[in-house]
Amino acid sequence: MKQNSVAVVGAAETTKMGKIPDVSVIGLHADAALNAMKDAGLNPSDIDGVACAGISPVELAHYLGITPTYADGTSVGGCSFMLHVRHAAAAINEGLCKTVLITHGESGRSRVGAGGFGRSPSSLMGQFEMPYGVTSPPTMFTIPVLRYMKTYGVTEQDLAMVAVVQREWAALNPRSSFKDPISVDDVLNSPMIAWPFRMLMCCLVTDGGGALILTSADRAKDFPTKPVYVLGTGESVETPLVSQMEDFTTSKAFRVSGKKAFDEAGIKHSDVDHLMIYDAFAHLPLYGLEDLGFCKPGEAKDFINGRNTAIGGKLPLNTNGGGLSYMHSGMYGMYALQESVRQLRGVAPAQVKDAKISVSHGVGGMFAASGTIIFGNEKV
Amino acid sequence: MPRMAPEPTPETQHFWDGTARGELLLQRNKQTGEAYFPPRPFCPKTGSRDVEVFKASGRATLYSYVINARPRPDMGTEPHSIAVVQLEEGPRMMTNIVGCPQTPEALVLDMPLEVVFEKISDTISLPLFQPAKG
Repeated sequence: MKQNSVAVVGAAETTKMGKIPDVSVIGLHADAALNAMKDAGLNPSDIDGVACAGISPVELAHYLGITPTYADGTSVGGCSFMLHVRHAAAAINEGLCKTVLITHGESGRSRVGAGGFGRSPSSLMGQFEMPYGVTSPPTMFTIPVLRYMKTYGVTEQDLAMVAVVQREWAALNPRSSFKDPISVDDVLNSPMIAWPFRMLMCCLVTDGGGALILTSADRAKDFPTKPVYVLGTGESVETPLVSQMEDFTTSKAFRVSGKKAFDEAGIKHSDVDHLMIYDAFAHLPLYGLEDLGFCKPGEAKDFINGRNTAIGGKLPLNTNGGGLSYMHSGMYGMYALQESVRQLRGVAPAQVKDAKISVSHGVGGMFAASGTIIFGNEKV
Repeated sequence: MPRMAPEPTPETQHFWDGTARGELLLQRNKQTGEAYFPPRPFCPKTGSRDVEVFKASGRATLYSYVINARPRPDMGTEPHSIAVVQLEEGPRMMTNIVGCPQTPEALVLDMPLEVVFEKISDTISLPLFQPAKG
């Protein structure tokens, strides 16, 4: 896509976050959408493009009273919203529509109006993974990590430190689910979920949602908030079966998506002021730092142990507290994007001073898919 | 509670017929000889439909795993391994490691394994792996 041709002009999360037993899934989509439209000063009649995952864009458009000329139902898991941003930018540049609304809503904890997590027993996952007792992400996303740990000498303490540092960021965010400080020992003494993963190495399960509104950059100055421009975008998919990943020590989808986004943006890693890496589990920021090229293979643990991603470090990472401490409704990517936008607007609770470029990197499924968006708040 | 069973499709039926007979079947590209898994009627590297089914040795090594502390109801009540093994022929597959304690001390990466078959219904036997004997 063309750099700086499209901007985020509306961004908001659901009014409440965490435990919301009185709102259904589609209600969470709508609450976030209405908040984002208010943020942008728009009405449903101003929106001519819709994108969402979890529910159909048909349901979304009808529920909100939108008549779109562009609809994107890409649903590849938690990074779907990164792909929606990328596709929306292309659609706006191509003239398919002018103003795109992207929504997420999920009743992950309360399960109000929510579907189940299941695969057909005749699918490849149903035949070649489900019979061995996998349940949900804690027994699938986690499977590659022992190979990664053996290859690079990564310890349980290293994994625990990821959660410890993110809890420090979460303490600065009033909307975080968990704010109390934790130690490496606290993480290693928390209940075993699936060896080597303890409870505090796994994401939260909460309710919530978020929405973004994108339009062309030349219109962006007419909106009430500081425009956040899309500098570069990437996406890729690898396999629906975690057991069939090409290499258990690195995600091909991460590498392909990240490289595409950095190439498009034409920036260096040292230009990045702020980073979001989807953290469904504690190993994901390690894989992300390496696969995006911020660290060499095996060096992310030292980078995190050295407090480079912590408060005051040179690369602030997951400054909202992340999926481990802020919130995780099931498809977390929308919240990573929201935090990137807040940081570049200068309104984040844990604001990174003078942040100009933010990278938001998402994962879908169990290393199945990936999307990367690079934002900037200055026209280059 | 009966264990969750796969439902074969036309493209995978030969694999499950094989495990029911006590054979682990893979496929390979007849031109390149490269083996692949899971089953499909073409080579995922080249797209060639010129492929054949063959019987694997059943030898493997332990590539990675977790020990699920909260088993699914059909998997019993004790923590159990969910593993990915590296087959001698090249492909990897998900399975369970059986015949040894389900502990990090007993489950050591790269340990040699051999296939065993567990009958879970009249038509389905699952390929599981145990520490290699001898």
